[in-house]
Amino acid sequence: MAHKILIVDDEPNIVISLEFLLKKEGFEIAIAGDGDEALAQVAAFNPDLVLLDVMMPKKSGYEVCEILRLDPERAKLLILMLTAKGRDTEVAKGLAIGADAYMTKPFSTKELIAKVKSLLGVA
Amino acid sequence: MLSSWFVALLSAAYFALLFAVARFGDARADSGRSIISANVYALSLAVYCTSWTFFGSVGRATTGGLSFLTTYLGPTLMLLAAGVIIKMIRISKTYRITSIADFIASRYGKSQSLAGLVTVIAVVGVVPYIALQLKAIAASLDVLFAGSGHAEFFWGLDSAFLIVIVLALFTILFGTRHLDATERHEGMVAAIAVESVVKLVAFVAVGLFVTYGIFGGFSDLFAKAAASPELAQLLRPDPARAGNWTALLLLSALAIILLPRQFQIIVVENVDESHYRRAVWLFPLYLLLINLFVLPLAIGGLLDFNGQNVNPDTFVLTLPLAHGANALALLAFMGGLSAATGMIIVETIALSTMVCNDLAMPWLLRSRWLRTVRRQDLSGLLIGIRRAAIALILVLGYIYFRAAGEAYALVSIGLISQAAVAQFAPALFGGMYWKQGTQAGAVAGLSAGFAVWLYTLLLPSFAKSGWIGQEFVERGLFGWSWLQPQALFGLSGLDEITHCLWWSLLANIAAYLVVSLLTRPDAVAASQAERFVDIFRHSRVDADTRLWRGKTSSAALVGLLERFLGAARANQQLAAHAQARGLADWRELPADAAFVHFAEAELAGAIGSASARVMVASVAQEDDLGLEEVLDILDEATQVRAYSRELEMKQQALEAATAELRSANDRLRELDKMKDDFISTVTHELRTPLTSIRALSEMLHEDPEIEAADRTRFLSIIVNEAERLTRLINQILDMAKLESGRAEWATSEFDFGQLAREAMDSLYQLFREKNVALDYDVPEHGPLVLADRDRLMQVMINLLSNAVKFVAGDDGRVVVKVSAADGLARMAVTDNGPGLTAEECSVVFEKFRQGGNTMTDKPQGTGLGLPISRQIVEYFGGNLGVESQPGQGASFFFTVPLLAPEQ
Amino acid sequence: MRRANPVRQKLTALGLLGMPLLTYPLLALPEGHLADIPASYLYLFAVWAGLIALAALVAEQRGAK
Repeated sequence: MAHKILIVDDEPNIVISLEFLLKKEGFEIAIAGDGDEALAQVAAFNPDLVLLDVMMPKKSGYEVCEILRLDPERAKLLILMLTAKGRDTEVAKGLAIGADAYMTKPFSTKELIAKVKSLLGVA
Repeated sequence: MLSSWFVALLSAAYFALLFAVARFGDARADSGRSIISANVYALSLAVYCTSWTFFGSVGRATTGGLSFLTTYLGPTLMLLAAGVIIKMIRISKTYRITSIADFIASRYGKSQSLAGLVTVIAVVGVVPYIALQLKAIAASLDVLFAGSGHAEFFWGLDSAFLIVIVLALFTILFGTRHLDATERHEGMVAAIAVESVVKLVAFVAVGLFVTYGIFGGFSDLFAKAAASPELAQLLRPDPARAGNWTALLLLSALAIILLPRQFQIIVVENVDESHYRRAVWLFPLYLLLINLFVLPLAIGGLLDFNGQNVNPDTFVLTLPLAHGANALALLAFMGGLSAATGMIIVETIALSTMVCNDLAMPWLLRSRWLRTVRRQDLSGLLIGIRRAAIALILVLGYIYFRAAGEAYALVSIGLISQAAVAQFAPALFGGMYWKQGTQAGAVAGLSAGFAVWLYTLLLPSFAKSGWIGQEFVERGLFGWSWLQPQALFGLSGLDEITHCLWWSLLANIAAYLVVSLLTRPDAVAASQAERFVDIFRHSRVDADTRLWRGKTSSAALVGLLERFLGAARANQQLAAHAQARGLADWRELPADAAFVHFAEAELAGAIGSASARVMVASVAQEDDLGLEEVLDILDEATQVRAYSRELEMKQQALEAATAELRSANDRLRELDKMKDDFISTVTHELRTPLTSIRALSEMLHEDPEIEAADRTRFLSIIVNEAERLTRLINQILDMAKLESGRAEWATSEFDFGQLAREAMDSLYQLFREKNVALDYDVPEHGPLVLADRDRLMQVMINLLSNAVKFVAGDDGRVVVKVSAADGLARMAVTDNGPGLTAEECSVVFEKFRQGGNTMTDKPQGTGLGLPISRQIVEYFGGNLGVESQPGQGASFFFTVPLLAPEQ
Repeated sequence: MRRANPVRQKLTALGLLGMPLLTYPLLALPEGHLADIPASYLYLFAVWAGLIALAALVAEQRGAK
């Protein structure tokens, strides 16, 4: 069974590229455009991994991450944070609040796929 | 007729009350809860008002009119010289000074001879004054018992002597509780304050009775007086007596601090300097109240006893008695008793301290007997001496009272006493403010003044009393008429007090100044001069430790303290000193200068500064600092002070600079943070389009198999994002240029309305594509403005494109309005879009704050359009703003100044 | 003493003001009677009371030292 990935980003063009990229790798994809939608989609779609943008309207990626980490039923949910803000403090903050991995934009598509696969444990 | 037993009982009850108050005051002081408040302090100052005030003022008023008031106006003015008195208090507290003799002697090198001289003057001048108080009590008893002769005997003793015994008991009990005379007598002070209240109440009661009971009030009294030529004369101020008036004013001004009892109360018994703030007005108020009825009483008595031979000094008693107000007369008697006893108690304490420390101690320290009992505890002996001195002074006063009787020398002693203590003034005030005053100068001044006083005032008063021949008074000494005591060098026309005061002060001041200028102080005197004059500047330890050099042992100093203070008290004080220096045990105290000075100050409190110095010198091998060396040290100290002041100023400047730097640094840090945030935001904005570009290009590059439709779609995204990136970079550069002031401006005169039309034309296509209605209200011509045409076009296009971006397609509507008012051209772009919240209105002009918030209507703006527009508009002196409410659409507007005011 | 104490200075100024007011020749100035009370008596006590009131005002003001 294919792993399910939720893409959360407010930039439509980034969503388009990520969706295309991950679908091609055989993942099942859902999309959310802001923090609130992301939480709704997590509940509805029940993904294995969330690709989470930080700078978003309504709720930031940090807030979404914190909320998800409070839910014990989603302890196994993997969170890969993506941000265009590349400062060390932001990386540290993301990991501190429970993200499993962190990548800065713009990212290499190969590295992103490799990171997603290694998180999901697929060869 | 009053029963003598009843009066005796009442007096006894009154004394019992005083004992109780004093007991209570001491108990409270011992438990650390002093009852000496500012009010008690101020009231205790009224010990100034003796029986001479209580009975004598009325008598003076019957002959001198208003001139009795000088005795109370002088103190009022003197107390206002608060700086002088606070300085005296500060010096005395710092150096544990116990009496006025100690004060003067300490200033001039802790001189025993000077202390002795001051003590002698005080005793000679003041003991008769004590006698006068006894006489007043005896006389008032006489009046009360209708002239049965003052020998009202109980157990074979006369009443005055009984009172002496009671007062001696009181004074010994409450005046010598502690050996250390700087230890305040709070119980005694409290009792004195009570006495002050009693005498004021009594006097005012009699005054009210006479003025409103016997007569019909002030107006009636004075009207009746005006009818009598003699009385009318009395009430008229006499400019011919101007000199006397001024002299008496000066005399009382000096007396209020120089009389030993006043020095005791104001300076030695002061608990807290701040209490003086109350005394400075409350005590004069007391004086005013107690004097309000003096003249009415005097006039009332003269009118009432018209022609009868009644002593005006007794009006306070005789007027109530004559009108049958026996209870009031009794109250007046109690008032007089309290006035007299208060004076006697405090004066005796003050004098006994001086006699003990400045006459008995120096003699004792020299005696062979003391050396033989070297190791013995002397504190008991000291207390014994002080008690004996109290008894002696009281007995002296009693004997003088007995011997003098009705003699002139006693009756007029009030002012004579004041004139005697006025001799202290030059040495005292000179010593506080003039460093050059020397011990020899002080001795010369005091001696000269005292001699003149003896010759021009005391001896003539003896002569008038018939104790010595009148010869020299009438003809002058040796028959030389220019030596007539009361017309010295032919100076006549003044009353005797004024005459004495001018001559004695002249001799005193002249001798003090001349001899001071001709002599040099010794080392101790020079350092004491420095300490006294600059008391507010020195920290005491500083001066003390610098001005003493020598060797001693702690054991010797401790031995000295134990000997004179008693072991218990010495240990207590030593422990306190050690604690102040941060040592747990006083046995660890090093025998250094600070310890020596502590020991000397403790001893000074007990035996006076002069004797204390002698004693300390006996156990310490002090290096004899020469005068030059002391002056060098003092000079150095002055320099150090100057340096430290300079240093302090520099430090303040430094602190100010540091604060400035800190705030500049804070501002910089704030700016740095803003810049950091800005760069982070810019980075984010740049990376976002780059992310799509990179991801899509990599996918296209690596996967040639992508379908053609996807390929085209991706390429068009890449192109769009690249455009967005370019726009962003351009605007960032534009913004940077505007912000740094390096933008280039092409200013010209143009038609603002015309420009608006051009802007609308250029965006016409955009509106049509989105099917948004564009209405406008723009005048045909004008208004004219002076600005950069292209830049304003940029602003207009920004506003218009924002508007079209945010309105919904199809039913979207944008209205442009150009107008001119108040010297400004104005363009408003109003849309019917979603509108902005108040919060959004305030942040929409910040960089990278884009409107819109959902993925679907995410604008393709850079977040820099409005900030750039605002920069441009503000450059030309205009304003860019927005009016909006959520759901109501938004109206962005901007203004620029008109070229010229409209016609 | 860095700066002269302002309260003490004000009090001293009051004393200096009192001196000419309470001595001749100003003392001879008030003449006649007011409600039969001699003007000089009223003058002396009025000036005296005035000085006391001002001194109280100065000395008791908050924060005075």
